[in-house]
Amino acid sequence: MKIIPASDSSLMVTFGDAISSETSEQVLGLFHALQVRKDNRIRNLHPGYTSLLVDFDPLAVSHEEVAVIAGSLARGGTSAPENLSEVVELPVCYDAEFGPDLADVAAHTGVSTEEVIRLHSGATYRVCFLGFTAGFAYLGGMPEVLQMPRLATPRRTVAPGSVGIAGRQTGIYPAETPGGWRLIGRTPLRMFDPRSLQPTRLQAGDRVRFLAVDRAQFERLREHA
Amino acid sequence: MTIRVVKPGLFTTLQDRGRYGYAHLGISPAGAADALSLRIANLLVGNDENAPALEMTLLGATLKVDDAAVIAVCGANCECKLGGERLTANMAVKVAAGSVLQCGSTTDGARCYLAVQGGFDVPLVMGSASTDIRGRFGGVEGRRLQAGDVLGIGAASGLRPRRLRAGELEALHREGPIRVTRGAQHDWFSFETYARFLATPYTVSEQSDRAGLRLKGEAITPREQKQLLTDGIPLGAIQVPQDGQPILLFVDQQTTGGYPKIANVIAADVHRVGQLRPRDEVRFTEVSIAEAVDELRAQERWLKTIWQD
Repeated sequence: MKIIPASDSSLMVTFGDAISSETSEQVLGLFHALQVRKDNRIRNLHPGYTSLLVDFDPLAVSHEEVAVIAGSLARGGTSAPENLSEVVELPVCYDAEFGPDLADVAAHTGVSTEEVIRLHSGATYRVCFLGFTAGFAYLGGMPEVLQMPRLATPRRTVAPGSVGIAGRQTGIYPAETPGGWRLIGRTPLRMFDPRSLQPTRLQAGDRVRFLAVDRAQFERLREHA
Repeated sequence: MTIRVVKPGLFTTLQDRGRYGYAHLGISPAGAADALSLRIANLLVGNDENAPALEMTLLGATLKVDDAAVIAVCGANCECKLGGERLTANMAVKVAAGSVLQCGSTTDGARCYLAVQGGFDVPLVMGSASTDIRGRFGGVEGRRLQAGDVLGIGAASGLRPRRLRAGELEALHREGPIRVTRGAQHDWFSFETYARFLATPYTVSEQSDRAGLRLKGEAITPREQKQLLTDGIPLGAIQVPQDGQPILLFVDQQTTGGYPKIANVIAADVHRVGQLRPRDEVRFTEVSIAEAVDELRAQERWLKTIWQD
């Protein structure tokens, strides 16, 4: 573990230099341990793949004190809360209209589009963290064969609910934003609702499965969403 | 008690000091780009310094004040007119019912704040009134203001305007380089590259907004091309993408990113970033973390001492 200042108001706590479930577990463990302390001197927590950025009010607490708090919590062996057993199921329609890059992913990986869909919806994923934009979950655990580089030129707009692949990651765009991930499908569910008590459908640490649905089911589910 | 938007200006949003505690959901703080000017505008009319106020960018709004109100503008000079008369900035002004307030173009900065006694009355979303443009929530329907919007005003009873001591605000217009501390990946860059970053003037690109200021100038590249594993981004981080042109990540920034961060604007200078305009030249100079925190402490002290009475 390494703790360095990232700014005059933040520290970066890094647990490793490669993506692994153990490292992610340590990041989320410290994240939850800091969150339950409800220390109002700490303003924001940004988990990443191997690190946690801790943002605080430097007039209320010093870098040294935050480093001691984070260091002792991390060394004490924190663990993420028990949401491990629950698996969030997300319906995804893999129609060509929703997955404009599905054919490219199939061509690049050398398997049929049916096999891409079978592999993508057959795996269980873990939410490593949320970032980029409100409610965007970075999912780890995608089958290696589906790895695919980002688009050279990002799309100017990506429809909300779009499911994409970039490198070894997969994720869902919660809102209409620009985006460079390869799009292979779309979920009818709303991923982000700012007025809800729980604004994001997914939380860091959740386990996720994609459930392949056809167009008719997609439309029905969207009406309910 | 309402204020009506006649013309919205270029980019006018409701902001307070921002939305904290939700970065782990991908939600950036948003909030005033020049929070110091927002706070002073609020304090002038007697509000809590965190009350929601209008942030106007480059070209101000035209507003019809439906009921008598007390207002104050602070930040960039934007030549506001109240019923044809010039409105004095940086002081609380009584406005008669039915008056039209016309804010012009900013002449010496990018953003001007308009506070009204009682504050603009919008629902808090996750504890803040700030507009989150990308997430489309907060402020007025999560968007910039448009003609025809009617803004409610909160109760003003018991609030007393305050006056600034003459000349105090000159300290806001600090000249010279923007001060930075080292970024989380500063050691990805050679000593020479880092020194060149600090020695080089950059130009603020037209493609800049509240999420990030794109800087044009000498390209800087890390010692080796390696991929950063996506990590958290502090407010004011300066990241260096593959083309070597730095991006200063600002109040509407993404909460995580995958480019190395060479430096970070100090908290006491973030308000100055909020006043940078496209095509402005900007330079950076390094200070220690301890100096940066001292500067912030001094700024907070200063904010308490600038008032008459």
